[in-house]
Amino acid sequence: MATVKETNQAEKQKSDVMLQYLRPKKKFPSVWCAGCGNGTVMGAIIRAIDKLGYSKDEVVMVSGIGCSSRMPVYLDFSSLHTTHGRALPYATGVKFAKPHLKVIVITGDGDALAIGGNHFIHACRRNIDITAILINNYIYGMTGGQGSPTTPSKAFSTTTPYGNVEKHFNPSELAMAAGATFVGRTTVYHVPQMEKMITQALEHKGFSLVEAVSNCHTYFGRLNRQGDPVAMLKMFKDLAVPAARAKNMTPEELEGKLVTGVLQDIEKTEFCDEYQKVVDAHRGVK
Amino acid sequence: MSDSEAAGKTDSKPARKAKYDYSSGPPPLNINLKWCKACNICIALCPQQVFEPDRDGKPVIARPDDCTQCTICWVHCPDFAITSNYK
Repeated sequence: MATVKETNQAEKQKSDVMLQYLRPKKKFPSVWCAGCGNGTVMGAIIRAIDKLGYSKDEVVMVSGIGCSSRMPVYLDFSSLHTTHGRALPYATGVKFAKPHLKVIVITGDGDALAIGGNHFIHACRRNIDITAILINNYIYGMTGGQGSPTTPSKAFSTTTPYGNVEKHFNPSELAMAAGATFVGRTTVYHVPQMEKMITQALEHKGFSLVEAVSNCHTYFGRLNRQGDPVAMLKMFKDLAVPAARAKNMTPEELEGKLVTGVLQDIEKTEFCDEYQKVVDAHRGVK
Repeated sequence: MSDSEAAGKTDSKPARKAKYDYSSGPPPLNINLKWCKACNICIALCPQQVFEPDRDGKPVIARPDDCTQCTICWVHCPDFAITSNYK
């Protein structure tokens, strides 16, 4: 019996990549609710980084405030836990000072679009080589379920008890309009797609946004009667429409659906490269 | 409590604690029950119904021979509690 256990433990150490990238001194399980999609996204990020073979010192994780922004605390990379909504400016500074680093910004919908809305659109416009992973759960989870900029119309939250009157933001379309060069949307049900998309986003030169639609069953799911994490994951499966199929659909058919896949992948001049050109020109470097 | 009573209890109710029967060889998946939060995702999404919930809702590998190593359970696990035993 002991031999079976020993072999299991040896194989376990070999088998999974994910545990190698977790901070050894952190207490697990994480602070997130049972079934929260943040952990799923974290696993996808780890596997994407492992696939690309980046070393731990090469990757910088920057986050703001929120449930999703707890993620760099658990990951064993160089990390920066910053003020609310200002993850992208800090990341811009890191990337600008050390352009060889891979800067990943983990942000939530309230963090990126409400308090950090300006920073978000200007990072997109500048096209600096940062990968932003926006975990969109349609609500402010950490502070008690207040309505966020992505809370859909007529949806319930603790600050919209009679249904949301406002229109909501579509983060991917906002980023595309602001000038981001790689934009993709995925959900926590489609984990292999998410992993592939994060890999593409990390390899892409320029600002890349991956919008991961996640489940907040504790607030959004409970107030909108969407059920437990499993019911919400199955709902994402039903709502998801691949981008290739969505091209042939009318706007009425796409009402309330989630268009998943790579929505934009174009090449534009990158900010750090352009700045280096200016520096070289004025120093007389040829 | 006699043996028959205990047997009757386990038949009607789920087992009190998740336990794997090692007599049928090593399990296809390792489950870290200290990290598991009993969110039910692995039990619900498994296409082969390999898992059964115990009394706390944590997964037990009830049908280890049905596991095809499709990776769905440990890819979806938000708490890194399931790891493959093969790869």
